[in-house]
Amino acid sequence: MELYPITPNHYLTLSAVLFTIGIAGVLTRKNVFMTLMSLELMLNAVNLSFITFAKVNGDLTGHVFVLFVVSIAAAEACVGLAIVIALFRLKETVNLDMFKSLKN
Amino acid sequence: MIFGLLMITRVNPISSAMTLVGVFGALAGLYAMLNASFVSIIQILVYAGGIMVLVIFVIMLLNLHKDDLQPMKAQPFWVILALAVLFGTILGPILFCVLPNKDWAWALLTPDFGTLMAVGEKIFSDFLFPFEILSLILLTAVIGALVMAKRKL
Repeated sequence: MELYPITPNHYLTLSAVLFTIGIAGVLTRKNVFMTLMSLELMLNAVNLSFITFAKVNGDLTGHVFVLFVVSIAAAEACVGLAIVIALFRLKETVNLDMFKSLKN
Repeated sequence: MIFGLLMITRVNPISSAMTLVGVFGALAGLYAMLNASFVSIIQILVYAGGIMVLVIFVIMLLNLHKDDLQPMKAQPFWVILALAVLFGTILGPILFCVLPNKDWAWALLTPDFGTLMAVGEKIFSDFLFPFEILSLILLTAVIGALVMAKRKL
């Protein structure tokens, strides 16, 4: 049996599909956690294409950039979850529809 | 991809967090296949180990009941509609117009491509200043999270 070679296009397709699933998750779910986790999924999809292009070009800059993105994602998750905790204390819910008001 | 689809459809945030861990694990495997051993390890350590523990911890901390979660269930109609619209507008053109016209090939790689040593040399030579800024951003994020999560200032 001859194995079909994996080309960069396969990785890029998977990356695009994952990114689309992430956008759909952000748009359709009302739970704050689901939105945050879909954001993480989108960041990971972009990381996958960075790594793919790093291998295509034989350049390590993509790897460095992915490491930076991962660190920023960690910071973002940290701040986002702190906001969720503060909002939950205020409103006793994690439903995004309840977070409408900007004052009071 | 299957894990990702499962993730956005689960009612319970815990089970979707677990499927997201599955996505991260699969992506770490793909990074390893793409000669990115260091990034693969970082993916497991930081995402599956750090961020997801934080998310699950906060979900459990808030102690949600099943009745609270029911109104936030994913409506299959909206999920399918969103996926279809996005597929038509973003994914479709990329998959069927851009990618088939490009035949990228893998570059010839040196044996140390993607190892810790090579990536480290790159970071501390060309990207030293962004690296330092990154530490500042992380510090700011930690302090900001602490201030916001505090009950009273």
